[in-house]
Order: sequence, then C-alpha cells, then structure tokens
Amino acid sequence: MREAPLPAAEAPRRGRTLRQQEARAGLALLSPTLIVVLAVVVLPILWTILIAFQRLRLRDLRRSGILGTELTLRNFETVLTSSGFLDALRVTLIYSVVGTALSIGLGLVAALVVRKPFRGRTLVRASMLLPYVAPVVAVTFVWEVLLHPELGLVNAVGADLLGWKDRIPFLDQRTGTLSLLGVDLGVPTALLVIIAYQAWRYFPFSFLFILARLQALPADLDEAARVDGATPLQRFRHITLPQLKGVIALLAVLRFIWTFNEFDDVYLLTEGGAGTEVVSVRVFRYLTGRGDVGAAAALSLVLAAVLAVLLLLYFRFFVGRSRDAEAI
Amino acid sequence: MSRTGVDTEVAGRTPGAETTRRRRPAARPLSREIVETRVLGVLKWVTIAFFVVATIFPFYYMLLLSVRSIEDLALDPGALWPPRGVSLDAFGQVLRGVDDGGQGFITFLRNSGIIAVGTVVATLLVSILGAYAISRLEFFGRRQVHFLFLAVYLFPAILLAIPLFVLFTRIGLRGSLLGLTIVYISQTVPVTIHMLRNYFVTVPASLEEAAALDGATRLQIIRRVALPLAKPAIMATSLFVFMIAWNEFLFALLFLVEDRGRWTVSLGLSQLSGSIEVAKTVLMAGSVILTVPIIVLFFATERLLVEGLTSGAEKG
Repeated sequence: MREAPLPAAEAPRRGRTLRQQEARAGLALLSPTLIVVLAVVVLPILWTILIAFQRLRLRDLRRSGILGTELTLRNFETVLTSSGFLDALRVTLIYSVVGTALSIGLGLVAALVVRKPFRGRTLVRASMLLPYVAPVVAVTFVWEVLLHPELGLVNAVGADLLGWKDRIPFLDQRTGTLSLLGVDLGVPTALLVIIAYQAWRYFPFSFLFILARLQALPADLDEAARVDGATPLQRFRHITLPQLKGVIALLAVLRFIWTFNEFDDVYLLTEGGAGTEVVSVRVFRYLTGRGDVGAAAALSLVLAAVLAVLLLLYFRFFVGRSRDAEAI
Repeated sequence: MSRTGVDTEVAGRTPGAETTRRRRPAARPLSREIVETRVLGVLKWVTIAFFVVATIFPFYYMLLLSVRSIEDLALDPGALWPPRGVSLDAFGQVLRGVDDGGQGFITFLRNSGIIAVGTVVATLLVSILGAYAISRLEFFGRRQVHFLFLAVYLFPAILLAIPLFVLFTRIGLRGSLLGLTIVYISQTVPVTIHMLRNYFVTVPASLEEAAALDGATRLQIIRRVALPLAKPAIMATSLFVFMIAWNEFLFALLFLVEDRGRWTVSLGLSQLSGSIEVAKTVLMAGSVILTVPIIVLFFATERLLVEGLTSGAEKG
C-alpha cells in the first residue's frame, strides 16, 4: 500500500503554517479512503486494460505472472467478430433506452400524484420505494414465479379470465405473437419482460429525486399562473415541467449508465437467454462459461468505451443544443 | 394526460357550452379548469391505487406462497389467499441444515450477517474520517476528490469484477468472507462519504472550533464533538450500507459460489432457484427470510434514509 499519498515521509517540522497543518490533517484523514479506492477500484480498473491485451485463461490464473504473457490484440478480435456481439449491443441499447425512459416516466407520474399531502401519504411513499430497496435476488425470484408457465399467477389469470389457449413462458420466449384486431404481431416477449421489470424496480429512484425537487419548487409561480387562468394541465406543462428539466436530465444520464451496465437483474431473470443477452451478461459468460479472462476483460472495456462515446455524444449534442435554445 | 385535454376541448365546443359562453364570457376557461381539476382528481387516486398495488402485490405474493404447499400451488396457482390454511413448514425446511434435510439458510444468514455487519463497521470507520476531512479541512483537491470517488459508480461492476476475481484468486482471498467484505467496503465508501459530507456541512463548525481552542486534538474533536452531533446521519448511512451488503449478488456469485458453506442468503437463493429439486414454495420462504430484515430496517428508518440520499437534490 505504498501508493497512498500520505505525507508521512516528511519529518514533522515546526513553523509550518496553520494552512499546511490543515492540509496534512485532511490528507491523513482521507488516506484510508484513498487506499481502499486505489487498491480495490482504480488499480483493478487499470489492470483490466492490461488483462484485455493478454491471453489469460481461468485455469492458468494461479500460475501465470502479472505480466506473464506478451501483449496481443487477439481478445478484441475474438469478441468483436464473434457472432452475437452486435445482437448483444443492440439488445443492451434497446433495454437501456426504453428502460430508462419508462422508469423516469413512472417516477414522474408517481411523484406528481403524491406531491400534495393526504392521509396515509407517508405509507404510500414508503411502499413505492419497496421495489428499489428489496433484495434483487428475492424480487427477481418472485417475478420468475409470477410469470411461471404452470405455477405462476399471471398465466393462471390469463387462462381463467382472459381465455388464453396456450400458457406463455414469459422468460423463455424469444418471440411471441400478439393478436391485435386480427393482425398478428411478433413481440420480443422476454426482452419486454426485463424492460418492464427494469421500469418497476427502478422507478422509485426517479420518484424520490423528482419528489424532492417538486417539494422545493416555489409556490408563487404556480399561483400566478392559476390567477391568470391557466388550467392544471397547462400549469404542469408550462410551469412545473420546465423546472423539473434539470433533475430529469440528471436522472436520464444516471439511469442510462446504470441500465447500460446492468447485470444482476437480467442474469437472475433470464440468464441472458431468449434474446435478452446484454453485454454485461456476455462478459460474465466469457469469464465463467468459457474461462476466457482475457476476452471477458476486452469485452468489458468495449462496453465501457461504447458507454463513454454515447455519453460524450449526449453532452455534446443534446446538452449543448438545449443550452443554445435557452440562450435564444 | 393528453386525452383529458382533448376531451375538454371537445366539451368546450358542444352547443350547450356555446350558449353558456354567449351569456357569460368567462365560462369557457372556467369550465375547462373545473373539468380538468375533476378528471385529474379522480385520475390521481386511480394512479395512486395502481402504484400501491403494483409495488406491494409482489411482496404479498411472496408471503402468500411461502405459507402454501407446492401441491396446493400446483392445483390452484391463481388463488389470492391460502385456500387450505397457512403452513409454516417451508420456513423450517429452508432454515434447517442440509444434513437435516433442509436447505441450510441458517448458515447463509450467518454469512450474510457477518459480511454485512463487517462492511458497515469498516466502511463507517473509513468514511467518517474521509467525510470529515472533505467537509471541514481545506486541502489541495478536496472538492474534486469527492466527485472522483463517485465516478466509481459509473464503471460497469462486471469490469471491476474481472481483475478482482483474478487478484483474489492469486492471493487466496477468493472464497473467503473477508475478501468479499473488502470489495463491499470499496463499493460503499464513495456514497457514504457523500452522505456524511452532506450532513457535516450543515452542522456549524463553531462547536468544534471551541473544542480546538480548549486544546482538543483533531481526533478528539471528531470523537467527542462531531460524531455525537452526526448520530442520525451515521445511523442512516449504516443502514444504507447494510442494505447494499445484504442485497449484493454479482461479487458474492463470483467469489463464493464454489463452497456452499460460505454462500450468502442472496447467493443461496439464486443458486437453489435454478434447481428443480427444491420446491418454489420453500424458496419463497427463503425469499421472505432474505427480504424481511431489509423491509423492517427500511420502514424503521425511511425518513432518515430518504433525507440522507436526496439532500442537495432539491436544489436541482
């Protein structure tokens, strides 16, 4: 742990200014944090880059040295040209964009309906946070059983009340047929389920932050608009929504990043089967299924790089442009 | 939402409304206001009901299945209450050790408890010092370092998992509860520093300055003055860390999967849910055991937690 930027090497000297003393104390108190973050986060991330350029197999882990093998681009070649890579990227994008939009949309609606005090509001608010705080393994298991073809409530209700002829294996079905007004539409069943789950589990996060912002909004603007004859919908559209733009934009970025990197939810629901293989799950499969550590590292770097590029584009075009629009 | 707008437009153009408008010029905007307020007033309660059902029902279903037998469930999967009475057998079965014909969740509970409590204690020790430094002391890079820590959260967990997997295999920490605890500390320290810092900056520094004038050292000031004041924030932060450590799945899967004796509750549940030998209702009891501590903690501290997490957010 010699990397820690502890100024301990300097012998204590008299005549240091108060300012210098404070700076040293600050760094000393921060050093445990810095050590942990450096050793278990920063250095490992850097190490991933090195591993991505090495031929490293799971079974060789205990034997090979850190710089054991020569550097190569083969891992990237393997993961980028493998069949299914582009599909995984496409699925990840759809999952992230739709999942983010739905979770923020639901969060906004939920925040709006509990904005004003009513009896039992505290309880309602707490219940809306449940999906987010409950253990991921427990809630995915409940969803799994709810959607189970034989034991699940959804299929039972569908068969009894809606007259479904065939049970639907929601988590194992790549493409289902939806008959709407006599037209058969192909729908990606399992993908839709993991997106719905994403919306259900993470809307509380948006709800919490949008509600906090809503309750801090000054009432006078809304009041003035009411006096001027603006209806509730008009006041929402022209007074409230513009003031929420900041927090919604922030949520969009955070939720997109986290959904894009999501592993637990998808792996626990479908293990990446039936057309739901997102890139994170694919990385996991390279690591444990094929035992190819190098390829897993390379693919995880590709994931991070794609995310970085998307964020860059977002800030460059979207944020930049809306600022220009405001200036006009 | 938009549909109600259209409806009121249409309502405003009906002949009846036309005549009212002729008599009272202010009638049209007034009626639109009334219609919207009424429709939204009803919609609001429908929406609240929808959200409450959607969020609570899965947990009710979890509880319901944990007290039904698997044969009973297979006969009548659509029942919304236990049709043939409540049975707590599944809980005994899931908790008992494997040797006694159970699933060994009591061991998993012990492992989860050790890891979660260990993570809470270590994370708090580290982050109280760090958060105090960032909020009270002036040093080079203090403003940046805080955001740098939060940047940890932007990297895919799976990216971090690979080198940690390799490293911990090499130094022999993989498969140990200690190794997993270390990873959890690194994962929770950034956000606990953020939460505690938000609290420390709201506490006036004058008390601490008085203590400093009386000759107290920096660590004494933290222990005797800052900590007692920050008790609510520390409580909220501890619970938050506990929940993260208790709920975590990916690292537990990568590090502990090989030895059943070291599984956490989350890992045990996920591993057994794939097998066809263990009845779903028994595992539902396992889910209840996994979820109840978290829900109890959450309801006990909901207000503290929410304030700790969103403080600063209202400034948008």
